[in-house]
Amino acid sequence: MTATAPPAEGGQARDERLLPASPLKKLLTRPELGSVVGAAAVFVFFAFAADGFLRAASLGTVLYAASTIGIMAVPVALLMIGGEFDLSAGVLVTTSALVSSMFSYQMTANVWVGVVVSLLVTLAVGLFNGFMLTRTRLPSFIITLGTFLMLTGLNLGLTKLISGTVSTKTIADMEGFASARALFASEATIGGATLKVTILWWLGLIAVATWVLLRTRFGNWIFAVGGNAEAARAVGVPVRRTKTLLYMGVGLCAWVSGQHLLFSYDVVQSGEGVGNELIYIIAAVIGGCLITGGYGSAVGAAVGALIFGMTSKGIVYAEWNPDWFKFFLGAMLLLATLLNAWVRKRAEATS
Amino acid sequence: MATVRTGVRAVAAVLAVALGVTLTACSATGGKRAEDARKAAAEAASGRANVTTPRWTFAMVTHSGDGDTFWDIVQKGARQAAAKDNINFLYAHSDEGQQQAQLVDSYVDKKVDGLIVTLAKPDALKASVARAVAAGIPVITVNSGSAQSKAYGALTHIGQDETVAGQAVGDELDKRGRKKALCVLHEQGNVGHEQRCAGVRETFDGTLQNLYVDGTNMPDVQASIEAKLQTDPAIDAVVTLGAPFADAAAQARRTAGSKAEIDTFDLNAKVAAGLNNGTLGFAVDQQPYLQGYEAVDLLWLYRYNADVLGGGRPVLTGPQIITKKDAAALAAYTERGTR
Repeated sequence: MTATAPPAEGGQARDERLLPASPLKKLLTRPELGSVVGAAAVFVFFAFAADGFLRAASLGTVLYAASTIGIMAVPVALLMIGGEFDLSAGVLVTTSALVSSMFSYQMTANVWVGVVVSLLVTLAVGLFNGFMLTRTRLPSFIITLGTFLMLTGLNLGLTKLISGTVSTKTIADMEGFASARALFASEATIGGATLKVTILWWLGLIAVATWVLLRTRFGNWIFAVGGNAEAARAVGVPVRRTKTLLYMGVGLCAWVSGQHLLFSYDVVQSGEGVGNELIYIIAAVIGGCLITGGYGSAVGAAVGALIFGMTSKGIVYAEWNPDWFKFFLGAMLLLATLLNAWVRKRAEATS
Repeated sequence: MATVRTGVRAVAAVLAVALGVTLTACSATGGKRAEDARKAAAEAASGRANVTTPRWTFAMVTHSGDGDTFWDIVQKGARQAAAKDNINFLYAHSDEGQQQAQLVDSYVDKKVDGLIVTLAKPDALKASVARAVAAGIPVITVNSGSAQSKAYGALTHIGQDETVAGQAVGDELDKRGRKKALCVLHEQGNVGHEQRCAGVRETFDGTLQNLYVDGTNMPDVQASIEAKLQTDPAIDAVVTLGAPFADAAAQARRTAGSKAEIDTFDLNAKVAAGLNNGTLGFAVDQQPYLQGYEAVDLLWLYRYNADVLGGGRPVLTGPQIITKKDAAALAAYTERGTR
């Protein structure tokens, strides 16, 4: 007698890995759970601590602050799940605005032409990052630090060379400005709250990114290359293509963000954007993305951006002594991240 | 691998199409063509040397960060004076005190004929300025450091006293009947910014609150001011400390539904336009062009004729209060980046 065939007795010896998980347990193991709890805590805290935080107008302001970070935090989170990160994301936003403005102005073209050229440039920068990373196999820290410095220099140097000053000229009187502004920087007042169009862009990006991550083959590739690139390559995942596309995703969102900047203020200062890349990464980390890759979610990054928006503006609503602004911000961020990690650990322990 | 290459080719193709589109999709309004048309009417403004004095080399070292519009204007003034005075002009900057000092040291090593320095971080620069003076190089301080300038051995100081400028703003707010104002600081820890707000507080009869914002992140600046205006509807004036932030404040006022008047330090094309159409109340200008121009010109005068201005006291370039009635006349100068 050989014991090759197990007795087929109505599921009694079913593989425990195939057991249906309870909905509660499914919920508890979601990466964004910790950040959602953290966001709720921050919200409740400021609802009590800050007068006027709960007014509709204030919530509109908080959402705007969150959306401008969130638009970039979503692709940065995807990139982190894919095991890489991008230090050039902050200045790339400024590059996007500068290219769009200067191209339209210098060519005396319809501003939409500048908008399209700017998209090509940001995608090309993403392509460059991805190409350099996958070809040279240098760490993304080095590659994107190089890109960050080069872009910072180009932003300043080219703007000065072309415009003669360090900020761009106004393009508000040019053709196509009104329609471009409607797409990238319009707003609507609903129930006393002024809602900016960036909130729609943000929600749209969250939806698309979540769908890509959870419902497409490309989403599986992202988790695979972030978890273990060699193993992923061994089972036929196109690692290079996946990572390059992720960098181009960052470029795409930097374009959206940069066009918003341009069309809401119409003049761009070339030195802006430095330091924002860290804010995007922080938002993704608060949202449950692991710095080591392979784990995280787009919704989590969005909630991370929301926590950032609520904290930075909540401090203003609470009228705390502004000298301590950065301290409070740092403490709130640490607390939220710790809470996030704690909830995740509890969820894993009870499962 | 193949995909990446296809990507490159696709990007190149789309770029080519876009360039083609550009040639056809021209804007009939605004843009460079309009600017060129305006320029054609004016004369070519580049200076020509008017003196036959030897070609001296003057160097300027400021505490400017990268891409700062204000320092761009200072530099323009300095270069204009240098062209006129037959001066070889060198410029370097760093917002780190220690690095700024090293830049000064390297110009002293180069044995320049004159040195222009800002003293935003006076302690860091004390030794370097002393070295220059010991080497017989005349030093003029500009912009910040009026208190230390003389003690450090500089010939004179050209700039705006930040406290005095703040006081002028406080007086103007009183004149306009404001009761509760907000002072928006875009660099936390900048001594000059603190002095400005403190100056406003001294002369302003109403109350003044400080608000710190992240100057490198414009949407954050706007959202923070918006939040503050929503929290306290009694605020009837917002004072920003740099020209680019006045526009963000104006947008914040609109979304917050506030009636506050927006006033600002410094000037640029947008501020001039804002003053003109009534979006902004007033601007207080310290005339950065003058700071650069006068510094080079005074060094030349000292070299040529041992002239010194100020009699041991700072030569003030501001505060000049600019309102709607002055704005129209300044628009063209802000456009070309010298006001």
